[in-house]
Amino acid sequence: MQNANSSSFHKFIVYGTVTLLFIPILATFIYSISSSWGATILPDGLTFDWYSQLWQDPRFIAAFGRSLFICISALILSSVLIIPAIFVVFYYFPKLNGLMNVLILLPFAVPPVVSSVGLLQIYADSSIQIVGTPWILIGTYFTIALPFMYRAIANSFEAINLADLMDAAHLLGASTTQAFFMVVLPNLKKGLFASLFLSFSFLLGEFVFSNILVGTRYETLQIYLYNMRQTSGHFTSALVMTYFAFIFLFTWLASRINRGAPS
Amino acid sequence: MNTASVPVTQVTTTKPNHKRLALTKFKPALILLPFALLFFMFQIAPMLWVLVNSFIYEETFSFENYLEIFDSAFILQGFTNSLWLSITSSLVAIIIAACFVSSLRRFDSWLRDWIISFTNMTANFSGVPLAFAFIIILGFNGALTLLLKKYGIIDDFNLYGQWGLLALYIYFQVPLAVLLLYPAFDALSDDWQAASALLGAKTWQFWRYIALPVLSPALLGTFIILIANAMGAYASVYALTSGNYNVITVRIASLVSGDIFLEPNLAAAISVLLILLLAFITIINQMLIGRSYHAKR
Repeated sequence: MQNANSSSFHKFIVYGTVTLLFIPILATFIYSISSSWGATILPDGLTFDWYSQLWQDPRFIAAFGRSLFICISALILSSVLIIPAIFVVFYYFPKLNGLMNVLILLPFAVPPVVSSVGLLQIYADSSIQIVGTPWILIGTYFTIALPFMYRAIANSFEAINLADLMDAAHLLGASTTQAFFMVVLPNLKKGLFASLFLSFSFLLGEFVFSNILVGTRYETLQIYLYNMRQTSGHFTSALVMTYFAFIFLFTWLASRINRGAPS
Repeated sequence: MNTASVPVTQVTTTKPNHKRLALTKFKPALILLPFALLFFMFQIAPMLWVLVNSFIYEETFSFENYLEIFDSAFILQGFTNSLWLSITSSLVAIIIAACFVSSLRRFDSWLRDWIISFTNMTANFSGVPLAFAFIIILGFNGALTLLLKKYGIIDDFNLYGQWGLLALYIYFQVPLAVLLLYPAFDALSDDWQAASALLGAKTWQFWRYIALPVLSPALLGTFIILIANAMGAYASVYALTSGNYNVITVRIASLVSGDIFLEPNLAAAISVLLILLLAFITIINQMLIGRSYHAKR
């Protein structure tokens, strides 16, 4: 008797919270497929017009393209720089790992608004004109993706026995470079891809840096989203749902890959 | 003869080996260079700029920027609003998340996985898109506002004031809190509850004297991350109120990228105070964790 009571209590808590979390998403979705939804509780009719309108808007396509370009470039840059760096740290300078663990917390600990104050002032007047261009965003995205990327890849490094693996590769006649590409990299693949997908959905949602450092001079998806706030709510809902579908896809891919990875 | 030659060859081989080791470590260190350079350019240098320039007022070294902050009721209000929003939303979110996670432990594992995946996904629902969703359901003509008005539960709901923002903050804090707390609840063994029940403890006694002390490091640690997360939040507030609600991040941003008064050095000083505040909260938190059950062992 008491058991049944407590079980329904737990169900109430869990489903209640899930419902609360789900309401804004569901409401946005319904709004995006309703023809008009004025001062009534339920929408008047259903339509996919807002989505077709959105996908025919060249400004949306351009903004989406810019966001993809920045996020993918930042992630490629991160992978190219971070993986060898972690390899060097783990293989040659294991003592540096402690320092690295502190350093990678910085992008977490320092609010983006604070970093952007300094970034804006340093690079606004410098000889390299990067404020207002995608390049400054790629640089900052490198740093904010760093904690995710570093942790995920470092975990993979800890899981494999790097020293033994390298010794074996050397014994078989491989150079360190060969061993890195042919032995170490394949072992990192899963952890790397999971962290890439996760960072991608995280970067796609970034607003602070793009708003303060670049703004409308290079309209990314989030800036476009913000600038569209005055237009029809149905249109922005369709926009939010489209954005969200991509986030879901990438988060799902990340968790799929992660599940297959040896933990 | 043979035995004598062994140490000789050993000596001759180890010496250049040392040199080669130093040389082989030089090249790998070069690989770290581009990484370190980029990290310096985009993380360390801006922080140094903020720190140094917070002390520069009209091209001389002074504390004027800091004095200005403590003279400005407007900036202090930004701090108060931010702190109120952060602490309240973190408290509510951590309570919701803790109840949610502890109840979720009673679910079948496949269903639990599904629910956790769903929560993970909502963790990405933040910033501008979240603000839009809230306008749609809780704005002046939002579906939920109208529904609640119709049944006379509320007269009106101002999403663009502190309570609306609080709801928004709680929404984006709960998934994060769940993510951080979920693994921690594995530390609770089901046997403990059975044992305490057998000894005559009531449910609240189990939670008060066993579960909470065990969970306190995780709860405190999560609480601190939530506060930092909320203090640094900018996109959601900005998108919801177009920068009209006075929180500290909006103040900082408007001083560097607004249209009217650009005072980057004042912004730097506010930034330094914000970081100090976060550091202070973290230190208090560390001291509390130090006194908790786990650390004592």
